[in-house]
Amino acid sequence: MSTANPADAATASAAAVPASPAALGADRRWVWIVVAIAALLPLLQFVMPNVISDYRLFLMSTMMIAAIAVLGLNLLTGFNGQISLGHGAFYAVGAYTAAILMDKLDLPYWTLLPIVAAVCFVVGFLFGLPALRLEGHYLALATFALALAVPQMLKYKWLEGLTGGVQGIVLLKPEAPFGLPLSEDQWLYYYCLIVTVLLFWGAWNMLRGRSGRAMMAIRDHHMAADTMGIDTARYKTVTFGISAAYTGIAGALSASAIAFVAPDSFGFFLSISLLIGLVVGGVASLPGSIIGGIFTVLVQNSAQALSNFVKNDIGLPYDLSPYSVYGILLLVLMYVMPTGIAGGVVLAWRRLRR
Amino acid sequence: MRTTRRGFVGGVSAAALLSGGAAYAQKGKYDVGANDTEIKIGNCIPYSGPASSYGAIGKAIDAYWKAVNDQGGVNGRKVRFISLDDGYSPPKTVELVRQLVEQEKVLALFNTLGTPTNTAIHKYMNQKKVPHLFLATGASKWGKPKEFPWTMGWQPDYHTEAVIYGKHIVATIKEPKIGVLMQNDDYGKDYYEGFREGLGKDVGRIVRAVTFEVTDPTVDSQIIQLKDSGADVFFNITSPKAAAQAIRKAADIGWKPVQYLNNVSVSVASVMKPAGFEASQGIITAAYMKDPTDKQWDDAPDMKTWRDWMAKYLPGANLADNNNVYGYAVSSTLHKVLEQCGNDLTRDNVIKQAGNLKKVAIPLLLPGITVNTSPTDFYPIQSVRLQRFKGETWELFGDVMSNESA
Repeated sequence: MSTANPADAATASAAAVPASPAALGADRRWVWIVVAIAALLPLLQFVMPNVISDYRLFLMSTMMIAAIAVLGLNLLTGFNGQISLGHGAFYAVGAYTAAILMDKLDLPYWTLLPIVAAVCFVVGFLFGLPALRLEGHYLALATFALALAVPQMLKYKWLEGLTGGVQGIVLLKPEAPFGLPLSEDQWLYYYCLIVTVLLFWGAWNMLRGRSGRAMMAIRDHHMAADTMGIDTARYKTVTFGISAAYTGIAGALSASAIAFVAPDSFGFFLSISLLIGLVVGGVASLPGSIIGGIFTVLVQNSAQALSNFVKNDIGLPYDLSPYSVYGILLLVLMYVMPTGIAGGVVLAWRRLRR
Repeated sequence: MRTTRRGFVGGVSAAALLSGGAAYAQKGKYDVGANDTEIKIGNCIPYSGPASSYGAIGKAIDAYWKAVNDQGGVNGRKVRFISLDDGYSPPKTVELVRQLVEQEKVLALFNTLGTPTNTAIHKYMNQKKVPHLFLATGASKWGKPKEFPWTMGWQPDYHTEAVIYGKHIVATIKEPKIGVLMQNDDYGKDYYEGFREGLGKDVGRIVRAVTFEVTDPTVDSQIIQLKDSGADVFFNITSPKAAAQAIRKAADIGWKPVQYLNNVSVSVASVMKPAGFEASQGIITAAYMKDPTDKQWDDAPDMKTWRDWMAKYLPGANLADNNNVYGYAVSSTLHKVLEQCGNDLTRDNVIKQAGNLKKVAIPLLLPGITVNTSPTDFYPIQSVRLQRFKGETWELFGDVMSNESA
């Protein structure tokens, strides 16, 4: 076994995912149900405007965006065993590519995603080339440096004309096409939903095929994979590229959703929260990526609400900062569900059925 | 379930109203976020992350409204101040502000901090027509009532301040050779551009402008470069840590220019003292607020009130921290606006009253400086006073200087 392999835990949770065709069929049914519910949700707004508010739809859109970003990281770290502490950098590149194309070239927002994907793929691929020589911790450190460097580079004076420097770029929100009677938030939700479904479908297709097996073989035992005739160098760089493209698309979507980009939006904590989403959701798990996306948005918010609640409503004299609540939650989660929420749920389900 | 309970409560209160007679009828006109007993005010400030030192402002504002509520509130209504942590991240600010406006349904947003964070919500607030008042940023773009009728800044903007320095140099120094040290970001550039504008046709008098990154450990090499350029006037655009280092280094290498220091770094405790009082003599700056560490204000009544309030509502907070003065003064301004609103607490009236402050004296502002707005003037404080460091405090000189046209 490769001792330095960070994805040992990943192997465990990947093994926990049922792989028999029958189980896959059942999985697929569940997926359709979830997608159908997600598609119908905004329509309920007409019935219960208070429960499904514009704000909540917006929140769910940001969750989907985070889920795509976490999926991107998962492809690299979970399925291919390469650690990245710097995916916020690709997120930023995606967001800025989209913003600059909209701002300077007036391209409509829906033409952007393929361009963004291509740009981020190239950036990720190029970064993946030297990364081939770096394993484990060294790769983590190199990506870490990337995450720190990108916000600074965006402020650089030669790029300032394009990026707007520290002031950033203010954008327009996407409006519903074909005169559909949808509000901005409803359309944003559908737009994100469509992109999310397509990207997850693509990832699922890739992972269950030959390439996916090769990616996972490299993660599980690099040398054995090499011996079996897998071109490990090519797979690793291409995976880096695809992973960057996924995360970049998430960045582009967020640029549309927030309608503003600035270097301060892509601080180092973004990369960390993607990694947290990955680990908490479930390493090497597609549903885990969705859970991770929901987690990163929801828990940061509720940590704040919880800390306010403790201080104001219960009146305890503890001034818990939201981040201490967040930290405690993470510790508890990691202790109770070491394989992430997706892995934990599968385990609990099995134990119940026994 | 919810509706029935609400209906029940509504019924009971209706009964109470009827039995109480006309005296209990609703007192005023309201939008969401206000009623007979409460006014909800929202806010975002970084309590965590790289800019978390500004979190002190949020805590001071919260303490201010606690004090107001303890004395019976504003026109009999308690103010509920809801402050959330955006970590200085614009996407987070958008999310939280939407939560405040759409879920919490606040009447107005108050003193949201940061230029990029406020830029991210600028359009949204104006689309939603929610008052976006007294922002905690010195950028010059927050006072445009024509394009953005719901957004108003508060403090004198960096640009205006720097124009005043430029004009002062032109008026008082013959054939100056100017060296500039600036932080390499939007704040530094705002100052630098204002400064060039203030110099006017003498802009060529700048012999050297050097930059530094906020993360740089020292500015020693920049100061040496400035000395070598032969400059005899030094404009110091730095935040407190680098400001103290720059003043110290200049004294150490025997460079004795006429020094102008930006208002960001006027704190005696965190700049002049560490730099050394000896090295700080004669530095010129512009100010609009009283420095709590400056002994000359010790007997001023507003400073005394402030100290009592600090002791009671913010025990343990740093008395030397300008942010506590800032939070108090900016809250007083909103207090005044809410008082002027009377019983008409609609969003329309809030922004109307915010644009109707006539020479209002606000505690802790320097003598002679007042808050002044009109429906076309959305820059509440546009005056500063120049002061020179002497002994261990600032000494005001000259008149109140304004740039009302900006």
